[in-house]
Amino acid sequence: MNREKRDPLARRKERHVPPGARSRAMHAMSARAAMGRFVLQGCVDCGEVTYPPRDACPRCWGELQWTDRDRGARVLSETIIRVSTDLYFRGQLPWRMGKVELDAGPVALAHLHAGLKVGERAEMRLMLDRGGNAALFALPAGREPDMGDRQWREFVVPVKDRTILVSDARSAIGRAVVHALHAAGAGHIVAGLAPPARVADQSDGVSGLTRVQPVPLDLTDPVMVAECMSKIAGPLDIVINTARLVRGGGVSADGNLVEQRRMLDIAVLGFMRLAQASAPLLQGRPSGAFVDLLSAQALAGDSDCAGYAAGEAARHSLLQSFRHEMRAVGVRVLSVFTGPSDDEDHQSAPPPKVAPLRLARAIIEALEAGREVSCVGDVAVDAMDRWLADPALYMREKNL
Amino acid sequence: MIAMDPTLAGLLAGIASRRIRTVDLTNTLSPDFPVIVLPSEFGQCEPFRMETVSRYDGNGPAWYWNNISMNEHTGTHFDAPAHWITGRDVPNGTVDEVNPDDFIHPAVVIDISREAAADEDFVLTRAFLEDWEARNGAIPPRHWILLRSDWSKRVGTVSYLNLREDGAHSPGPDVTAMRFLVHDRDCVGLGVETVGTDAGQAAHFDEPLPAHSILHGNGRFGLQCLTNLDRLPTFGAVVMAMPLKIKGGSGSPLRVIALVA
Amino acid sequence: MTRAQASYDGVVLCAPVTVAYQRYSSQPAHWWAGRAMRSLAEATGFGPADIDGFCFASFSAMPDTAVGLIQHLGLSPRWLDHIPTGGASGVMALRRAARAVQCGDADVVACVAADTNRLDSFRHTLATFSRFSQDAVYPYGFGGPNATFALITDAYMRAYGVTRDDFGKLCVAQRRNARSNPLALQRGELTLDDYLRARSISDPVHLFDCVMPCAGAEAFIVTTPEIAARRGLQMARILATIERHNAYPDDPVQLRGGWAMDADSLWASAGIAPAEVDTLQAYDDYPVIVAMQLEDLGFCAKGGAAEFIRATTFEIGGDLPLNTNGGQLSFGQAGAAGGFQNVTEALRQVLRQPLGTQVPDADIAAISGFGLVNYDRGVCTAAAIVEACR
Repeated sequence: MNREKRDPLARRKERHVPPGARSRAMHAMSARAAMGRFVLQGCVDCGEVTYPPRDACPRCWGELQWTDRDRGARVLSETIIRVSTDLYFRGQLPWRMGKVELDAGPVALAHLHAGLKVGERAEMRLMLDRGGNAALFALPAGREPDMGDRQWREFVVPVKDRTILVSDARSAIGRAVVHALHAAGAGHIVAGLAPPARVADQSDGVSGLTRVQPVPLDLTDPVMVAECMSKIAGPLDIVINTARLVRGGGVSADGNLVEQRRMLDIAVLGFMRLAQASAPLLQGRPSGAFVDLLSAQALAGDSDCAGYAAGEAARHSLLQSFRHEMRAVGVRVLSVFTGPSDDEDHQSAPPPKVAPLRLARAIIEALEAGREVSCVGDVAVDAMDRWLADPALYMREKNL
Repeated sequence: MIAMDPTLAGLLAGIASRRIRTVDLTNTLSPDFPVIVLPSEFGQCEPFRMETVSRYDGNGPAWYWNNISMNEHTGTHFDAPAHWITGRDVPNGTVDEVNPDDFIHPAVVIDISREAAADEDFVLTRAFLEDWEARNGAIPPRHWILLRSDWSKRVGTVSYLNLREDGAHSPGPDVTAMRFLVHDRDCVGLGVETVGTDAGQAAHFDEPLPAHSILHGNGRFGLQCLTNLDRLPTFGAVVMAMPLKIKGGSGSPLRVIALVA
Repeated sequence: MTRAQASYDGVVLCAPVTVAYQRYSSQPAHWWAGRAMRSLAEATGFGPADIDGFCFASFSAMPDTAVGLIQHLGLSPRWLDHIPTGGASGVMALRRAARAVQCGDADVVACVAADTNRLDSFRHTLATFSRFSQDAVYPYGFGGPNATFALITDAYMRAYGVTRDDFGKLCVAQRRNARSNPLALQRGELTLDDYLRARSISDPVHLFDCVMPCAGAEAFIVTTPEIAARRGLQMARILATIERHNAYPDDPVQLRGGWAMDADSLWASAGIAPAEVDTLQAYDDYPVIVAMQLEDLGFCAKGGAAEFIRATTFEIGGDLPLNTNGGQLSFGQAGAAGGFQNVTEALRQVLRQPLGTQVPDADIAAISGFGLVNYDRGVCTAAAIVEACR
């Protein structure tokens, strides 16, 4: 394990983020980039594809709408920037960028992956920069990005060799996340195990892994959350919040309020406790990230498990605020939406269900793609599509 | 100056001169102190939680205080008769109505530490108690029965709750022991070091959860999560156990001390 | 087909003034504008009551525009304009003021550009320059104009075989022109070797390809020949002008500017050929743009810049004296005032009022402006041909 060692006398490195002012149209592009889409505006009347984002078609002044586009491009010119007045980029120099001609039509400035040369074909990715805004990144066509590429690493969250806290490693999902992180080469995995401790905890599959440190962690207890942070060896890079209590019940019917209260405490205040305790640690890191696992029920409520859905919705809301706070310090906040998982919490949910290991791999994929919003499995994808298309209709349909 | 009653004065003098010692039988109430875990179909006991309101900071520059929350049966705690269905009709069965005279009673300490060490599912029977009386003398009436299991020495380890896939494993009485203590020895209540007055596996006994059922059905009390029972004499300690006066409450965390001469 | 340009009869340019540039200034743009007005007054005798037209260009007068400036400066003009086109603003001010005077909307128009440069103001100016820059340029390394012109230079060099030696020749010639100019901020000797060995700023743009941002002001007067004569002012007439914005938007990279669309009509209206020009004052924020102007204004064929540069001497006394005050590369770039110095320097040369060495027998000057990198290229281009009235 490559645990990071630091010079105790060196002054703390102050982290900056790229310039953040954007137009409203650009924010619309970023919102789509956050979901991993590659979109450009097109004119609803004449079909002209345009970039940078505009508020009117430059050919016929028609309305523009965002559409997914061909990712192909060709590099027209390049430069290596060696001088910048911006604090963030000054810390990254030299920085290589270029101009590309998109197969979709427009030309654009883009960050260039190492080895990509003028005249070559490229595949474009619409990434979020450290300030949370969309930026075009040109990769060599047909090649996977190299996690060692210095510029690419500014847009993604590498897992290898990192110290990662999994807030609930006891659930099927949490155990799968620990195993997937371990397989992906995470340097040090802190596995939160909520009390009561079991005799079996001492010899089970999670605690038995190398590079895994079991730590008692119940998000309803602020003391335990604080103590958990104090027990982590070395700097904390990533937090993955898998803690959830899943129970059914409506609002007026079957409302076991003790259960509902605990559910909401874990989902809402528990998340805030974890965020408050970990944020100061994450913001000192070169690629800090906080991943939260959300039920797709966060989008529209659910009459069969009203309290649970409300907790997820509340956390979904808190995540927007947390993301805003963390953008200022360059820490990524990722939401991974899922439908019912194939575990004891969703015994009565009909298939399709998401296998815990698939969910775990999707979390790692979201980190390594720097994707703010991911949907795992058919149920979550369907929910997000319908919610994006017509939120009012979707909320009604989900609560018929 | 008004002279104090000589009986009380004697008690105070005894404490002051350390001829009467106080022994704290209470575990520290903290968030990580385990609470009883029931099968998942039942509602669960909330552990102790503490959130700081202010600590000489912007939320209160000169004062420190916390909000706390917990189940009534958290940490070292008192079970009132109304805790159990058998005691639901017992007069004055909730903590606010328990007669204050019952807050102070003598105790007899029964040492099962050797048996519990050998068998974590050790079951206390009437036969064991009769044998104990043969060796130690009869259990007097209106006493707390304190079971010294040394289980409190496990606090802070997984073996305190001792949860396995088939449930908790800890010592406790069977129905014969409970009938003997309540009906034949007229005990005030049962005090234990474990998280419940019943054994970890007592839900599976032929007559399940006999301690709760018989104690509370007969208006007796329970004390759980006690510690330092190994510092008490077999006879002669006086237990002071005063639950919070919670309106309609079924039990309460409390400070339990023993006076030992 | 656009109509033929009407003549500029009845209009003259006079009184070019330059307020000596400073690398950094704690004075605001308004102070620099005030110094320019005072210089104009000293050169012409015009006071506030005489000036009935005002045209202003600045990047650093926020929150004021030309409106704030007239009240600030005590003017009550009957004609007012504000030109936000940076490097094209001098020619554009000239064009607009000329038509105002010609049509009787104003008699005496003061065209003023003034900008300050505080220690950190360049960064702030960049950060709020344009929406497309905020959305689609700054996030890519924040190299500022250096990076934008590096991409243009890279593509231009690949397309036309122009080399750093060629750009170096332009920069070295301009520095030689600056050496006699006491107001030039950079007057030290610059050899081609110095140029080639300079550190890279944003490949292939190196240190001496970049202008030095500074504070300064430029101004001139547009009026009628009669008024100028009454004041005894030297004057120049306008032979022709052009202006074009967002030319060739479908070119993936800017390898040509808007001049290429309008150069033929420029020379036709002026009634002369490029070879008849005595001096060229071209916009020179990066030598690639100078090369582009040489082609697009017709001094050589498209793609012929390398050959033309190698065959031409650009020093004062050479075949085509270029940016005879040193240009922005050596004189300094004082924001929008940088876009006025091509006009003031052209006027000084044809009016025989040079700051440094006089171009021998200079009568006709070509002025070319280029401004506003809104996104990936300069959007505004303009040019004018002026001739001394003798």
